[in-house]
Amino acid sequence: MMEPAPVISVRNLTNRFGKHTIHQELDLDVLRGEVLGVVGASGSGKSVLLRSIVGLQKPSAGTITVLGTKVLTDPPSQTDQRTDDPEAVQNRWGVMFQDGALFSSLTVRENVEAPMREKLDIDAATRAALADLRIAMVGLPPKAGDLSPSELSGGMRKRAGLARALALDPQILFLDEPTAGLDPISASDFDSLIVSLQRALGLTVFLVTHDLDTLHATCDRIAVLSDKRVLVTGTMADMLTVKDPWVHAYFHGPRAHAAQPHGAS
Amino acid sequence: MSSADAKTPTPRLAELAGDVTLSSLSKSREVLDRLGDIDTLDLSRVTALDTAGAWAIASFQAGQAAKGRRVAVSGATAAQSMLLETVAAAIPAVRRRRRRLPHHEAGDIVVRLGKSVSAFAASLGQNIGFVGLVMIRLAATVRHPSRLRVTALTHHMEQAGLNAVPIVALMGFLIGIVLAFQGAAQLQQFGAELYVVDLISISILRELGILLTAIIVAGRSASAFTASIGSMKMREEIDAMRVLGLDPIELLVLPRVIALLITLPLLGFIASMSGLVGGALMAWIDLGISPAMFRTQLLADTTVSHALVGLSKAPIFAAIIAVVGCYQGLQVAGNTDSLGSRTSRSVVVAIFLVIVVDALASIFFSVWGI
Repeated sequence: MMEPAPVISVRNLTNRFGKHTIHQELDLDVLRGEVLGVVGASGSGKSVLLRSIVGLQKPSAGTITVLGTKVLTDPPSQTDQRTDDPEAVQNRWGVMFQDGALFSSLTVRENVEAPMREKLDIDAATRAALADLRIAMVGLPPKAGDLSPSELSGGMRKRAGLARALALDPQILFLDEPTAGLDPISASDFDSLIVSLQRALGLTVFLVTHDLDTLHATCDRIAVLSDKRVLVTGTMADMLTVKDPWVHAYFHGPRAHAAQPHGAS
Repeated sequence: MSSADAKTPTPRLAELAGDVTLSSLSKSREVLDRLGDIDTLDLSRVTALDTAGAWAIASFQAGQAAKGRRVAVSGATAAQSMLLETVAAAIPAVRRRRRRLPHHEAGDIVVRLGKSVSAFAASLGQNIGFVGLVMIRLAATVRHPSRLRVTALTHHMEQAGLNAVPIVALMGFLIGIVLAFQGAAQLQQFGAELYVVDLISISILRELGILLTAIIVAGRSASAFTASIGSMKMREEIDAMRVLGLDPIELLVLPRVIALLITLPLLGFIASMSGLVGGALMAWIDLGISPAMFRTQLLADTTVSHALVGLSKAPIFAAIIAVVGCYQGLQVAGNTDSLGSRTSRSVVVAIFLVIVVDALASIFFSVWGI
């Protein structure tokens, strides 16, 4: 088998807000075709890391390379966020925000169509058909397309956000807390949705989560953010052997035991 | 049909090659559209396939299947066949009919008129209810002054009052200049230049000073009240207050209403005074009426009652602006569109009501001969 190449590589990333340092010389690689789960205590900078990688947060220092493009320094990402070049890195990733971040003045279908409308030259009927396909692929009923975001439940909003993130057929999918606030059944449905989409579309998934069940169900590798850097990366099995007290408490706590797929006791 | 023939038909094969992706979608669909009746679609030379490309292939297959012809796919990699399967399974079975735009007919205008009249009547009832609620809370606060939120009150007095002083003073000054200039041009024809003082003082003190101040404050503060209360409503902060047993009227509305009740008369007074200064300056420059002469004429002809008439309207305008701004803020629903439309509506309604009340007050004062 071919050695998978890193599609995202973060080097020496430092993020500071005033005097408060979030990341200090953080290094992280995400390999092609893997699902990487990023965990860490609240306030450890998981979301800031995600925002840095997708270019929403300008880092104080360091470089971030996504698919060979240096985010925030290489044109056109620096000069023009609205680029129509299908090869531009913005058009090769999709981001699902925590609460979907759907445009509230548009229906769900128009939300999914929006990236295609802006970036691609395709006719309205095809665009609507592709939007319906995405809406169906994320498991929303067909009539959901005509609803406005405020009429959706939290879980449906997340699915709609995922459909919009998939609209441009991205290679990398960023998910911010995809299962937060969902009931356990919806959450595990969402986990299997992510896995099946990831397999079918060959996606690389960068997933920020607190949900141990999601880590078990979806992630190939886990990166633990702690102490302003990536403390450790590895598979779930590796995590269980890490001696660091926080990591140990995280993966051996009462919730962790409940989340073990084969009932460790 | 052809497969039903006795002789075995040679399998007709076509191939797709290159990228079959979202960016090359129209090209791929053209190729597929031109394919005649085939039995097998070969994908072994496809270099990249994504969901859009898979959709094109799957809908081509579905289209052929509708004509009773089964098209098999060959040469796809494992990942590609999985993608094709996933997409084919997800394609909505029933083609959705596109929502048609509403068709307008001549009678619609009557329907729309009726709808807006009944909506207006409903909102009128709600408005009166809200005014009553605010008055009850205000009365309770007067009886128990300790319940007044002093910090919030001073904050809003600073935001809506103190910070508005420069713009209001400048507006008054400019209005004074305009009145003096326009008045002088007319009164000079009769040699009655001196009466420009009366023109300026009476029109500014009775009407313009306070009316224009109210309009500026409506634009500044009614919109700010609506936007801040509206965004709190959107983030469920109002609901949080209610379940904590806190009264949003007392916490949010009363401090704003009282702040404007205090500051709007003061702002009106500042506007009137700077209007007189502006008028005096222009009368001096344009007509040679010295400031001392202006003062003498002002004291001789203009009684204090003009200023009192003007200032007596200020609390009413203040209550209108604050109540409309807060009411519209509390009407904001869950989406961002409603925040924008409520904000603009609050300014329009507040200015409109201020002018209506001003007109009614003019009639009232002239009937009573004040």
